Amino acid sequence: MSQINLDSKIPSGPIEDKWTNHKFDVKLVNPSNRRKFSIVVVGSGLAGASAAASLGEMGYHVQMLTYHDSPRRAHSIAAQGGINGAKNYRNDGDSVHRLFYDTIKGGDYRSREANVHRLAEVSVNIIDQCVAQGVPFAREYGGLLDNRSFGGAQVSRTFYARGQTGQQLLLGAYQALSHQIHLGNVELFHRTEMLDLVTHEGRAVGVVARNLITGAVQSFSGHAVVLATGGYGNVFYLSTNAMNSNASATWRAHRKGALFANPCFTQIHPTCIPAGDEFQSKLTLMSESLRNDGRIWVPTEFGDERSAASIPESERDYYLERRYPAFGNLVPRDVASRASKREVDSGRGVGPLKNGVYLDFAASIDRLGEETVKERYGNLFQMYERITGEDPYKTPMRIYPAVHYTMGGLWVDYNLMSNVPGLYVLGEANFSDHGANRLGASALMQGLSDGYFVLPATIGDYLAPQLGNSALGTDEPVFVEAQSQVQERVKSLLAIKGSRSVDWFHRELGKIVWDNCGMARSKEGLEKALVEIPTLRQEFYNDVNIMGHEETINQSLEKAGRVADFLEFGELMCRDALDREESCGGHFRVEHQTEEGEALRDDDQFAHVSAYEYTGDTAQPVLHTEKLEFESVAVAQRSYK
Amino acid sequence: MQVNLKIWRQSGPDSPGAFHNYEVPNASPDMSFLELMDVLNEDLQTKGEEPIAFDHDCREGICGSCAMMINGRAHGPETGTTTCQLHMRKFADGAHITVEPWRAGAFPVIRDLCVDRSAFDRIIESGGYITAPTGTAPDANLILVPKEVADSAMDAAACIGCGACVAACPNSAAQLFTAAKLSHLNLLPQGQPERYKRTVSMVNEMERWFGSCTNHGECSAACPKEISLDFIAMMNRDYVKAQFKQRRFASQT
Amino acid sequence: MTKTHQEISTANQKEGADAAESLAHYTGAPVPPPARTDGPWLIVFWRSDIAKKWLMALSGLALIGFVIAHMIGNLKLFIGKADINEYAEWLRTLGHPVLPDQVVLWIMRVGLLAAVVVHISAAASLTITNRKARPVRYQSRRDYAAANFASRTMRWTGIIVLLFIIYHLLDLTWGVGNSSWRSGEVYDNIITSFQRWPVAIFYIIANMALAFHIFHGFSSMFASLGWSNPRLSVLRKNGAIGIAAIILIGNVSMPLLVVTGVYP
Repeated sequence: MSQINLDSKIPSGPIEDKWTNHKFDVKLVNPSNRRKFSIVVVGSGLAGASAAASLGEMGYHVQMLTYHDSPRRAHSIAAQGGINGAKNYRNDGDSVHRLFYDTIKGGDYRSREANVHRLAEVSVNIIDQCVAQGVPFAREYGGLLDNRSFGGAQVSRTFYARGQTGQQLLLGAYQALSHQIHLGNVELFHRTEMLDLVTHEGRAVGVVARNLITGAVQSFSGHAVVLATGGYGNVFYLSTNAMNSNASATWRAHRKGALFANPCFTQIHPTCIPAGDEFQSKLTLMSESLRNDGRIWVPTEFGDERSAASIPESERDYYLERRYPAFGNLVPRDVASRASKREVDSGRGVGPLKNGVYLDFAASIDRLGEETVKERYGNLFQMYERITGEDPYKTPMRIYPAVHYTMGGLWVDYNLMSNVPGLYVLGEANFSDHGANRLGASALMQGLSDGYFVLPATIGDYLAPQLGNSALGTDEPVFVEAQSQVQERVKSLLAIKGSRSVDWFHRELGKIVWDNCGMARSKEGLEKALVEIPTLRQEFYNDVNIMGHEETINQSLEKAGRVADFLEFGELMCRDALDREESCGGHFRVEHQTEEGEALRDDDQFAHVSAYEYTGDTAQPVLHTEKLEFESVAVAQRSYK
Repeated sequence: MQVNLKIWRQSGPDSPGAFHNYEVPNASPDMSFLELMDVLNEDLQTKGEEPIAFDHDCREGICGSCAMMINGRAHGPETGTTTCQLHMRKFADGAHITVEPWRAGAFPVIRDLCVDRSAFDRIIESGGYITAPTGTAPDANLILVPKEVADSAMDAAACIGCGACVAACPNSAAQLFTAAKLSHLNLLPQGQPERYKRTVSMVNEMERWFGSCTNHGECSAACPKEISLDFIAMMNRDYVKAQFKQRRFASQT
Repeated sequence: MTKTHQEISTANQKEGADAAESLAHYTGAPVPPPARTDGPWLIVFWRSDIAKKWLMALSGLALIGFVIAHMIGNLKLFIGKADINEYAEWLRTLGHPVLPDQVVLWIMRVGLLAAVVVHISAAASLTITNRKARPVRYQSRRDYAAANFASRTMRWTGIIVLLFIIYHLLDLTWGVGNSSWRSGEVYDNIITSFQRWPVAIFYIIANMALAFHIFHGFSSMFASLGWSNPRLSVLRKNGAIGIAAIILIGNVSMPLLVVTGVYP
């Protein structure tokens, strides 16, 4: 087991040439041979849909699995703010190198230089591709593309389509995918949830999935398997992820041998609507772009009970502008989130539950007029008003950080292939590009980069030598066995017939990880969580109650499988957080901070990727590390002052 | 607050369904309609009953999964709002609320409040795209799009594919859905080469599944993204034009 | 390589399903047959619902034009016997002396008949389509947000108007059921017909139905013909109300004033 070789396969040569040279060096599959290869793509978000569409266009035969009723519903659709592209259309000094630098710095020097540089290079092509597909990006009056600025950057490089950029980009990819479905290059299996990865002789050869309508367990076989199944933010129960987002696909792959990298890197988004009551099922994000024109403040007085309007200017603390004059309200997400937490923890929180800070648009409305503000953020304001019943044109919004994105994921090499040959991992599901913190408007960029440009170029390297081998039949013993294991698991979950609902366990798990592995983590808390999670898991297998049958839509059963996996994953996440004795990006260990309360990295000991191997016992994962080399940027303490 | 619910239950696509009555005594005005359903479902499970199946995902009003006919209106009484964004403060204490799945031949009920909306995917597959294979794109700023046009295209592209238009339409027509996608692509310069082919294919596919438009305007009134009926007019015009046009010379107009 | 819709439709995976799949109770929404796109283009055109609506709009526009012209002509009733009889004679001799008498009249009649046939057959065909599109109706009460009385009763007002046209032709063109009817004596025929209460009431009801029908039909026409220019929206809204009101007032005034004895 320990012979795992974490070869990142980073090409040699100057960083600017690595990707170009690599594309020449990889093996290719001749266009007429591509239809002989079958690829299973799981997940229909930006990464999955764009990969499936691009692979279909190239001529591969693709099977696309999604648990949604339509590929268009994947959670990429909810991304609001925008997508970065190093176009320098604003003439403000942007370049591929600057986007690369910003992303490395924003990630607190915990990502791979070569991957990030490739991401910055490809960002330019993504914008071109999306425009050609008909994505209705915002325009200037002259007909050219408009840009806005985003956290962590001093240039305007974010392209956007109102507050629905993710939706429009996903629809673009979904349309391209639909075209390939129409042509027969891609087969779509909707409401089909992957429940296990199938490996044969160490290679990924397919997946086992459950048809969510009929409960039928089916196998899907291919020469390669692509996971684009998103992140694990829902381990926290309350997050901005969609209700169905889960980590089961990646966790099941991990159990079959894929290494899980940097699970403790989670991003807490600073601008979400604070929880209103105990019934809250999820948190809603307000786009980071709001920080362009909104000013964040709290009352200087502790426990101030006055309404926002009656607090005079002199008694307001615009703490981000005060502490970070250079970036002000546009500091990166982790910095902004921790600053809010500090204010709320100190007792200056606002709102009925004292669990938020103000995001105030009064100054912008004065300066720009209500019309302009409405044009920029109208739909966000409307959404806020719907949820809270308050009018943000009149009273400031209340915001608080919430779990939003997870930088960790399955370990992949430069080709996006995991350590299991034939298993590719794209988008949020992999760990590759964002280090310890993701910059705003970069998730969409990474998903599309992986799907449109990287995977189609690199997958040939693995497939080409397999020419002539047909995909394993789904009646082969490995599939039959995997299928019966999945059926067994489903049956055993249904057979527990305990007394508590699946949601109850999910909420309990969420509380444990949020309290101990959330915005601030301590040795003591993490050790406590590592005791509590296995106990909760034990209880789950004794006492969970799932009503209904397996041969029909059974949403509790679906959820039970996901929560069961979160109960294992949560433990790994806390274990990684405990192991990483430093603070970096979204990972903040209270033991490691500067006197001013900023994150304190330990580059000597922790400038590496922590990749965990599953050993059959969740308490005993084996840690492998991949050293991060920085050749093109100077590693420095991040400063946004 | 307390609410009385009358909810359609149906165990499978071919099973007969019926309304069941439920009471939620401990609803909060700040909860969303789906959170009310969560509370009810949790209660049902503790009583040993099967929870009510309903589609939902993002709960931010953008994925288009949630779909309920609430008191005879698609997505309930609030205009421009999906079910997940409908909050209980819009109902009176002690309100009686009837919840039914979308009804249309193309949207069969598969369980309780879940319907199969794959017919929408079939419409998009038939032509709802611009053929631009990855890697063939010119620089983004080479294609000029007047701001007004980009805005209109965005208005149309805002469609979330929830199916409320079909559910609300007395004829089960999918004109607003189809027109929204057609207008999004047909308005943009990038969409011109395939404009008429796309229009004919998508309309043909739509008409296989759905009813026809009699201009009631129910679709637009029910649409959570308030997509305008004008797009339907645009689709009608493009369709008829496509039938009369010498398409080999289409670039001349 | 290109597969047909049915083969790739995930909603129809019944055929060739593997063992696990055959457990399935559900095989997807019933996939309707593909749209037929073969044959002469006029027939292909007619198969489309959108084209039918377009033809309904055009025929409806022609019929509105007829209704208005017909009303203006008939209002001569109030000027006097000689005027309206002269108008009727003019209609019969329209085209004189280039064409023989009644040729233009018959061309118009054939045109009108064609418009009526197109209008009604499209409506009937679309009604069937729409019924089929929702085989299981809503089991709870609908609460309409935009559909109004006029739009929801088009089918019924249409049928009333059709029945009325048939009666109207029998009554005043062919003189069936009116013993005092005399060919060419338009004025007397109208007055004697309208002096009967049941006939007058039927005329009034039918014209109210016609007004509602035209109110929705006129504004609906803009969408069906694809006129979405915002500059037209004023015409669309006010035009629908105006035309419906004019037709209602003009047409109802004749039976109403005659039956109540106000005129002549």
